[in-house]
Amino acid sequence: MTSLMQRMWKGKSGYFFLLPHFLLFFIFFVVPVGWGMYLSLFEYNVFSQTFIWFDNYKEIFSDQLFLKSLANTFLYTFGVVPLWLGKALLVTVLIYPFRKSVRTLFKAAFYLPHISSSVIIAMIWLWVFNPNFGLLNYFLQTIGLDPIVWLGNKATAMPALIMMQVIMGGGSTIVLLSAAMSSIPEYYFEAAKLEGANTWQVFTRITVPLLKPTLLYAMVMGTIANFQTFSNIYIMTQGGPEFSTSTVAYQVYETAFQNYNLGLASAMSMVMFVILVGLAIIQFKWLGSSVEY
Amino acid sequence: MMTNRKLNTYVKKGLSLIILSVLGLLAFIPLYWMVITAFKEPTLTMKFPPELFPKNPTWANFAELFRRKELFQWTLNSIIVAGTVTLAQIFVCALAGYAIAKKKFPGARIFFWIYIGSMMIPKQVTLVPLYILISKFQMINTYAGLILPGIAAPFGVFLMRQFMVTLPDEVVEAARIDGASEFKTFTRIILPMSKPALAVLGIFTFVGEWNSFLWPLIVTNTSNMKTLQAGLALLQEEVPMKFSYLMAGATYSAIPMFIVFLVFQKYFLRGITVGAVK
Repeated sequence: MTSLMQRMWKGKSGYFFLLPHFLLFFIFFVVPVGWGMYLSLFEYNVFSQTFIWFDNYKEIFSDQLFLKSLANTFLYTFGVVPLWLGKALLVTVLIYPFRKSVRTLFKAAFYLPHISSSVIIAMIWLWVFNPNFGLLNYFLQTIGLDPIVWLGNKATAMPALIMMQVIMGGGSTIVLLSAAMSSIPEYYFEAAKLEGANTWQVFTRITVPLLKPTLLYAMVMGTIANFQTFSNIYIMTQGGPEFSTSTVAYQVYETAFQNYNLGLASAMSMVMFVILVGLAIIQFKWLGSSVEY
Repeated sequence: MMTNRKLNTYVKKGLSLIILSVLGLLAFIPLYWMVITAFKEPTLTMKFPPELFPKNPTWANFAELFRRKELFQWTLNSIIVAGTVTLAQIFVCALAGYAIAKKKFPGARIFFWIYIGSMMIPKQVTLVPLYILISKFQMINTYAGLILPGIAAPFGVFLMRQFMVTLPDEVVEAARIDGASEFKTFTRIILPMSKPALAVLGIFTFVGEWNSFLWPLIVTNTSNMKTLQAGLALLQEEVPMKFSYLMAGATYSAIPMFIVFLVFQKYFLRGITVGAVK
């Protein structure tokens, strides 16, 4: 015990350096996470703050709107993430053989939407999707198709949002994958070609397995990010039409800051947290088995 | 035989370029459309078919936008919030990253894993309790309320630790033997050596804070405390059909980030790999 104290005393400068950030991190991050769990067991609104055990959880799992939002969130995430990764992988592989300047040009082009805020992207696409004067319906009409009320129809609203996210997204994943790919020794590809492997075989047997750790990282992070989708819902659809685009993150916002039902909203965010941890574990198990760090 | 293979490569490269250009244009056209619309006469947005290249560009939408006095307040707020968070993050994250990477003290690994684990926690989890906490501190609708949670974000510590762990231990040791104090070692030796990582952290934090929307939306409740993103969302609610006006606002808010991107391009296009797995 004394030796621990001695080691702590000897390492005291470490604690001092850590302190400024950790203090803020503890107050504004660690405490809220713990408090959120606790809060989810309360009826917490303007009128009362009562401990009600797991009643909030019972309530949200019998709430059709929450369940619908949960299903929508899964649909959105599982729609966006695979297409997003596929696009990023395709672009990475395609730009690889080109000169550095060409690679940089394309990487920059794909990265540009990534530094624009989600608010701006949502505003632009609200205008692009506009049924009467929008760019998208103009293109549809020039190729002889009927205009579509993209966001006003419950069958097309969610696919439209997924399409928008896939088209605009993936920039940072491309940068990440490109860096990983350029660290693969070139003779791997050359050796494979000499052995007579075709492009597809090189891709599936060499490129993908060697990019696996990066792909896994991008997949886990992409799932976490898209599962929380909020700004585009808030600005473009407010969860409509007929709740077809309502997501869990949007329900948390509505429940907490429109209806001021803070305990219920905390329970919703905890459910979201547990699901994301579960998804991350599944992804690591599924893909991570052969990954070496 | 040889020419055949060469032809093959050309065809492959040509096909690659076509696919890349189509995908790239799809992502680029909406941004182009934003800028073009911002320079159109408002009535032209209601014209069908739309003008794909503006014939008579106008500044009128920007003039109308700038007549809205709050716009400057929102811009100022965004600069204050993003600027303060960025400077503070660089400082505290460098300190903490250095401690975890180079200092030997009981618990260093535990702190490291707490930071890593916390990066996987969705924002919504802390949102509600953080809001209550901030209101208990009487910080709703204040700069402190906008700024403090941003400085507390864990990612920067992880990033700095990942970089500083690669610095040779000998330099720290040498400075100690030369009799430099702990803090001097940090400011004179470690900070200068960490410039690339500090730049990455600074740029990413600034862009992230400038673009941040959810927290400013809930922690502010008067128009004059809003940041630019929250202000834009307000405009969108007020005049959803004034497309050229809204796109002028979007362009105005996007341009500083485009400039940051152009100036610091190399950090964006290879930078985040500093913090990648391992």
